[in-house]
Amino acid sequence: MPSTNTLDRTNYLNATKGFMSWFWTIDHKRLGLMYLWSVIACFILGGFYAMKIRLTLSGDVDFATQTAEQMNAYNNAFTVHGAVMIFLVIIPSIPAALGNFVVPLMLGTKDVAFPKLNRFSYHLWIIGAVLFVATLFIGNLDTGWTFYPPYSTGHTDPSVITAVLGAFILGFSSIFTGLNFIVTIHKMRPPEMTWFKMPLFLWAIYATALIQILATPVIGISLLLILVEKTMQIGIFTPELGGDPVFFQHLFWFYSHPAVYIMILPGMGVMSELIATFCRKSIFGYKSIALASIAIAIFSFIVWGHHMFVSGQSELMSVIFSALTFSVAVPSAIKVFNWIATMYKGSIAFTTPMLYGMSIIWLFGIGGLTGLFLATLGTDVYFHDTYFVVAHFHYVMVGSALFGFLGGIFYWWPKMYGVVVDNMASKIACLLAFVGFNMTFMPQFIGGSKGMPRRYAAYGESAGFDGYNEASTLGSMVLMTGLVLALGSLLVSLKNGKKSPANPWGGVTLEWQTPSPPPEHNFEIDPPVVGDPYDMTLVEWKGEEEGFLPVNPRADAPCVADVKPSA
Amino acid sequence: MIPVALLPTLLQHTQEDFWFPTQAARDASLVDELYYFIFYVSLFAFIAIVLATAIFAVKFRRSKVGLVPEDSPHHSTSIEIVWSVIPSLFMVAMFWYGFQDFVATKQIPDNAYEIQVKAKKWDWKFVYPEGVESFGGNIDMNDGGEGMVVPLGRTISVRMESADVLHSFSIPNFRVKMDVVPGRYTYLWFIPTELGEYPLYCTEYCGTRHSRMLGKVVVKSEEDYAVWLEDQVIDLATLPPAEAGFEVWKKNGCAACHSTAGVNGIGPFLNNRYGTTETLTDGTSVTVDDNYIRESILDPNVKVVAGFSPVMTSFAGQLNDDEISYLIAYLKSLNE
Repeated sequence: MPSTNTLDRTNYLNATKGFMSWFWTIDHKRLGLMYLWSVIACFILGGFYAMKIRLTLSGDVDFATQTAEQMNAYNNAFTVHGAVMIFLVIIPSIPAALGNFVVPLMLGTKDVAFPKLNRFSYHLWIIGAVLFVATLFIGNLDTGWTFYPPYSTGHTDPSVITAVLGAFILGFSSIFTGLNFIVTIHKMRPPEMTWFKMPLFLWAIYATALIQILATPVIGISLLLILVEKTMQIGIFTPELGGDPVFFQHLFWFYSHPAVYIMILPGMGVMSELIATFCRKSIFGYKSIALASIAIAIFSFIVWGHHMFVSGQSELMSVIFSALTFSVAVPSAIKVFNWIATMYKGSIAFTTPMLYGMSIIWLFGIGGLTGLFLATLGTDVYFHDTYFVVAHFHYVMVGSALFGFLGGIFYWWPKMYGVVVDNMASKIACLLAFVGFNMTFMPQFIGGSKGMPRRYAAYGESAGFDGYNEASTLGSMVLMTGLVLALGSLLVSLKNGKKSPANPWGGVTLEWQTPSPPPEHNFEIDPPVVGDPYDMTLVEWKGEEEGFLPVNPRADAPCVADVKPSA
Repeated sequence: MIPVALLPTLLQHTQEDFWFPTQAARDASLVDELYYFIFYVSLFAFIAIVLATAIFAVKFRRSKVGLVPEDSPHHSTSIEIVWSVIPSLFMVAMFWYGFQDFVATKQIPDNAYEIQVKAKKWDWKFVYPEGVESFGGNIDMNDGGEGMVVPLGRTISVRMESADVLHSFSIPNFRVKMDVVPGRYTYLWFIPTELGEYPLYCTEYCGTRHSRMLGKVVVKSEEDYAVWLEDQVIDLATLPPAEAGFEVWKKNGCAACHSTAGVNGIGPFLNNRYGTTETLTDGTSVTVDDNYIRESILDPNVKVVAGFSPVMTSFAGQLNDDEISYLIAYLKSLNE
C-alpha cells in the first residue's frame, strides 16, 4: 500500500514503516488511503457480480432450461452487487476515503478532531466488511439489498443474519466518521475561515455528515428488528406473527432515501472543487451551492415515501410524499446551473479530473431529470420496479457519485502520492467509462418503459427484452474496460509517475499550500494563508516544476518551493 | 416538436411505440400523456444543459483563452431566482397532473366486476365471482394455465392477497401495478379496451422463481367470455378420476414446483414416481403410495425427499378428500 516513490524529504508516506505503522495509525491521511484501497477492493468484488448479472441476462442461461440453482445464483449476484456497492463502496467512497484525506488539509489543521475515533471507525468498517464478505461463503444471500420481510425473516437462509450484522457495524463506522467531521468542521477551522469562506467540498461533507449521524441509527435499529424477528420469532414485520411488512419499508427508506444523499452530496462537493479549479474562476453562486447542500440534506429526510407509491401505504401519504419529493429537485437543479455558469468566461482545462467533472454534469442531468418521472405519481406507478428505476439510480449512483469519486481520486492523487496522472491513457479511460456507462444504462430506460421488471433471473422470448439486455451487456464491457484502464493508469503512476509540485492544478484551497505528498503533520507553516477559497488570483503559474505558487506568501513562511520534491 | 394540442390524439396508440407497449386499457393513455409531458420538458432542459456545456467548453478552453480568464460576475441574484423559479413551476405542474391521474386511477367504481387474485410463491390464481378459477398462462412457461380472462369494456376490479411474501401485480399494457401484501388486501382496477393477450408480471422480488411468477391477461369479448365461463364449470365427478385429477392439478398451480416432464424444480418431478422408493432427508426411505401422497399434500414437510427443502405449504382445507383421490389417480396415470 505505501507508495513506492522515493522522495528525499520525509512525508506521511515514508515517515514510519511497517504494517502496524499503517494498521494502527491515527493519521487521517493514512486512514484515508486505507479506506481508498479497501473501497477499491470492494468495488472490484461488486463489479465482478455486476458482470455476472450482465452475462446471465444476455443469454448465458436459457429461460426454458434455467435450474433453481442458477436462479438462486442470479438472485445472489444482484443482492451482493447491490449490497457491496452501496454499503461498502459508494457510502464510504468520498466521505471516508477522500474526506478523511482532504478535510483536515482543507482546514489547515493537523488532523480530525478525534483521531483515535477515526481509527476506530476504520477498524469497525473492516469488521463490517469482513462479515459482509463472509456472508458470501456462508450461504446464498438472496433478499436484495433491501432485506424486505417477510421474505428476509421467514423465507430464506440464515446468511441474512451475518449480512445484517455487517451492515449494522458498518453503520456505526459511518456515524463515527460523520460525527468526527462535524466536530472538526465546527471547531478546527482557522480563525480567518468563516462558514462562507469554507470550500464547497467541506459544505458537502458537512451536510453529508448530518445525514450520517441522524439517519444511520434508524437503519441500525431496523436491521436489528429483522434479526429479532428472524432469530426469536417475535412478530414485528411478518403478518402471521402479528407484524406489518409495510412498516419495515417505512423504517428502511427513512434511512435509505437520505442515504442516497450520503452518496451524491460528496460527489457534488468534489464537482464544485473541480469546476472552480479547472475553469480558473470563482465558483458561480457560492452561497446558493453551499446552502443547497444543506437544503438537500434536510429535504432528504421527508421524501422516503416515494419508494412506496404501490406498497399499500395510504393514498394521501403518497400524494404528500410526491409533492415533498419535488422539493429536493430544486436545489439539485440549482447546483447544476451554477456549475455550468462557472464555465462561462472561464479558462477551461480538460485535465483527467475535469473530464470526470464534465461527465457528471451530463450524467447527473439525465439521472436528475429521469427522477422527475419517478417523483410524479401517475408515471411512477407504471415505472416502479422496472428497469427504468434501475437505470435512473445508476445514473445518480454511478454516473454522478462514482464519477465524482474517480474525479476526486485523480484530482487529489498528486497530494496523496506526489505524482500527477493526467495522460492520454487516463483520459481515454474516462471517455471509455463515459461511453460504456451510457451504452449500459440507456437501453435499460427503454426496456424499463416497455415494462421490463427488475430482479428477474431470465426473461422469456415472448417478453421481447433480449435486445435491451444484449446492448446493455455490451456497454458494460466497455465500461469495465474504461475502469480497469483508469485503475491501471493510477497504479502505473506509483512506479514512474510525473512528480507533482505542491499545487499542480492551481487550486486555492489550503491542501494545495503544503508539499505533495504532505509531511506527517500536514503543514510546515501553521496556520497556512487563508483567503477566499475560489479567488484564483491568489496563485500564479510558475512553470512545470514549481506548478502554481501563492502570489503573496507569508513573510515568515518557508516557501513551499524550498521543499519541492527531488527530480 | 409535436404541437401540444395534437398530443392526446397521437398518444392513443394501439401500436407499440419507441417507449411504451400498446395501450390495452382505458386509462393507459393517462400515463403516456403525462410521460410525454415530462419527457419533452426534460428533453428541453437536457439539450440546454448539453449545449451550454459544449459551447462553453469550446469557447472558453484554456488553449484559446489563456491562463487568466477575463472578469465575469461571481453571482447574480436575478439569474439565480429565474433558474430556481421556472423549474419549480414546471415541477408544480408535474406534481399536479401526476396527482390528478393517481386519484383518478385509485377510486374503484361501484359497479366493478371483482376478480380475486391469490398470489403465492410462485404463481397467480384468479377466482371469478361465478366460482370459476384459473391460473398462470405465460406463453414461455407453457404451464397449461389460461391466465386471467376478462371481458372487454367491463370495469374490472382486482382484489389481491398473498399467502406468503410480498408480490406485486403488474400488467404493463394496462399501465397498472400494485403490491400484493401478506396480511392485508390491496386493490386495483381497469377497463380493458383491446382484445388480445397481455403479459402479467410479479414485480416485487419474492425468491428463487420470482422471474417465473408470470401469467397473462386475456381480454375476450362479452360473448366469448360468457362461453369461457360456461366451459370452466367442470363437474369433476363426471370425468374419469385421472382427468379430474389433472383439473385439480392445474387449478392449484402444482406445476409451479413439480414438473411432469422429468426435470426437478423446487420440488421433485412427479412422472414415473408412483410406486418408487425414495430416500428422505432423515436417511429413512419411503414408498410413494397413496398414503404417502396424501400425507405429502396435507402435511408436506414431515417426510421430505432428500435433496429438497421443506418449503411446500399445506393444502389441508383447500382440497377435499375427493380432490386428493383424483390427484392420486392423476399421478398414477403418469407412470409409463
